[in-house]
Amino acid sequence: MMMPHLIRRERASLKMTLLAPVIALAVAIVLNFALYILMGKSPLDVFHAMLLEPILSWYSFTEVLLKMGPLLLIAQGLAIGYRAKVFNIGAEGQFILGAVCASSIPVWFPQAEGAWIWPLMLLLGALGGAFWASITAFWRVRLNANEILVSLMLALVAEQVLNYLLLGPWKDPMGFNFPQSVMFQMDALVPTLIPGTRVNVSLLITLFLSILAWAFMQKSFAGYKLQVGGLAPGAARYAGFSESGAIWLSLLIGGFAAGLAGAAEVAGPLGQLQRSISTGYGYAAIIVAYLGGLHPIGIILSSFFMAILYIGGDNAMVSASLPIAAVRVFQGSLLLSYLIAVAFVRYRIEWPTTPKGARA
Amino acid sequence: MSAVEFILASMLAAATPFLLAALGELVAERSGVMNLGVEGMMALGAALAFIIVHNGGGHFLAFLAAGLAATALSLVFAFVALGFRANQVATGLAIGIFGQGLSALFGKSYEAMTVKSLPKMSIPGLSDLPVIGGLFTQDIVVWLSLIVTLVIGIAFARSKVGLVLRAVGENPKAARAIGYPVIAIRVGAVAFGGLMAGFAGAYASVVYTPLWADGMIAGRGWIAIALVVFGTWLTGRIFLGACLFGAVSLIGLTAQTSGLAIPSQLLSSLPYIVTIVVLGIISSNKRLLKLNGIASLGEPFER
Repeated sequence: MMMPHLIRRERASLKMTLLAPVIALAVAIVLNFALYILMGKSPLDVFHAMLLEPILSWYSFTEVLLKMGPLLLIAQGLAIGYRAKVFNIGAEGQFILGAVCASSIPVWFPQAEGAWIWPLMLLLGALGGAFWASITAFWRVRLNANEILVSLMLALVAEQVLNYLLLGPWKDPMGFNFPQSVMFQMDALVPTLIPGTRVNVSLLITLFLSILAWAFMQKSFAGYKLQVGGLAPGAARYAGFSESGAIWLSLLIGGFAAGLAGAAEVAGPLGQLQRSISTGYGYAAIIVAYLGGLHPIGIILSSFFMAILYIGGDNAMVSASLPIAAVRVFQGSLLLSYLIAVAFVRYRIEWPTTPKGARA
Repeated sequence: MSAVEFILASMLAAATPFLLAALGELVAERSGVMNLGVEGMMALGAALAFIIVHNGGGHFLAFLAAGLAATALSLVFAFVALGFRANQVATGLAIGIFGQGLSALFGKSYEAMTVKSLPKMSIPGLSDLPVIGGLFTQDIVVWLSLIVTLVIGIAFARSKVGLVLRAVGENPKAARAIGYPVIAIRVGAVAFGGLMAGFAGAYASVVYTPLWADGMIAGRGWIAIALVVFGTWLTGRIFLGACLFGAVSLIGLTAQTSGLAIPSQLLSSLPYIVTIVVLGIISSNKRLLKLNGIASLGEPFER
């Protein structure tokens, strides 16, 4: 059988590193639009609603920026861990805990006033997310348990914690029995950044933290130690870099960022704690992190695209009656395409010119 | 019926989705591949099986279609992770998200609908015993799952297929050197994992709780992956673990109907909490993991 072989390149291809996300995107678009045709949708309508409409008007562009915030923030945190080969996939749970902790102030003190409220909420949220991630870190470092499974299980538990609060003690007594908290007071909301839109100051915080993430990973010694631990665990051990330190740091940063994102969501566009605070941000951010090449700059671009997909998916549901699950299918196939494309950073493909006989 | 009788009678059925998916993952992991997409493969199988039974296709066709669809999805995993040596964690997650998306897409118009389950088959004599009689009254899929468990257990312990699979997982370079096609064997093991996950999903949606809801797999695919660790990659222990989780999910049900003042959310999260606790207990025994663990798990193979 004539099978093409992957041959390891002498050095990683920079060209492919930059091209891989673009190729993946093109492949995912072609595959998914083929699916929409099979479903009897007009591909041009879907394309317009899903990928163009979100960036064509000023208002929907600002909505994209709003969606981009949590995806960017969570993905930056996750990417730091992924580079150290610490696979926190429970950002969804850390996001929920962040939203819950931030909400505790306006829920318990609905009359409180002052400019200190929303910053304190963001801080509490970040700490709540870090606390939730610290359980995973403890399990991994002290009990040797797989962080993938523990962080995911904790995300499922967090969903139930949220349900419990919204159906029980934190339910708005005047809320017609809907599972949601009271509406937060004005001082519990992050100030608007662009007048006339919902974009708020938390986007600036997110962009600032992105620069910080870049400086941390590219310039600091702690970031360097994390990367060595991920690329060459043996070398890291030899150099005396602590593995448990890397696990703690990775998970705490990831939890902190996801918790902050959760807090910014309830103190931002939502203005209350709801059941639907997260539409899978924690899982989508995993894709954002990979698609951005686990690089702080790349993640800014990939989170922008993923935000378009979120807004566009809502548009396509309304205008082309495309089920919202199509967005998840798109996300999954996008990551699969990317993982194939990125193989060509380190490998090139070689087609055998002559049949080699029985041994393929 | 007392709570104990109820749990004994329903435990095996509740355990079956866990058991089937975990056995499939066991075979894949034994060959050295970790496919984290179980949840997505189960969800896809569950949706297709439900659609077929709801439209009168019958349970046999439903299991067949679910198994084949999940196998196809596992082959996508193999194509990306084995063909292109991609990161197995990321590929598994992508398969999970993709499968859950497809499941929601296909199942959209069936939300909250129900279908008929399979009849229970009893064993004369045993099924009439007091208290434990219910244990011997099960549907055909449960009986078949028990047989499959036995076959897999024996295959790993005694057969050449089991031995080759373990060799590929333990030392792929050596297995390759003595002429075994490592990648092909791994693709086969991953495909078997997909088939079993599809069956597990089908059992969940058309036999165990024969009603459709988006997200109905509810983490059972992830728990199945954890079960492989709990069972320290041994078939018998995985079976016991699946029974434990079957029982845990039933405790939630019985406690809810008994009117105890426990928040239902706590009971719903019981399987997840038990997973976290047991994972901590088993994993902290490093000697046990080292003894039975798989040397090349998750590592791409390069000759």
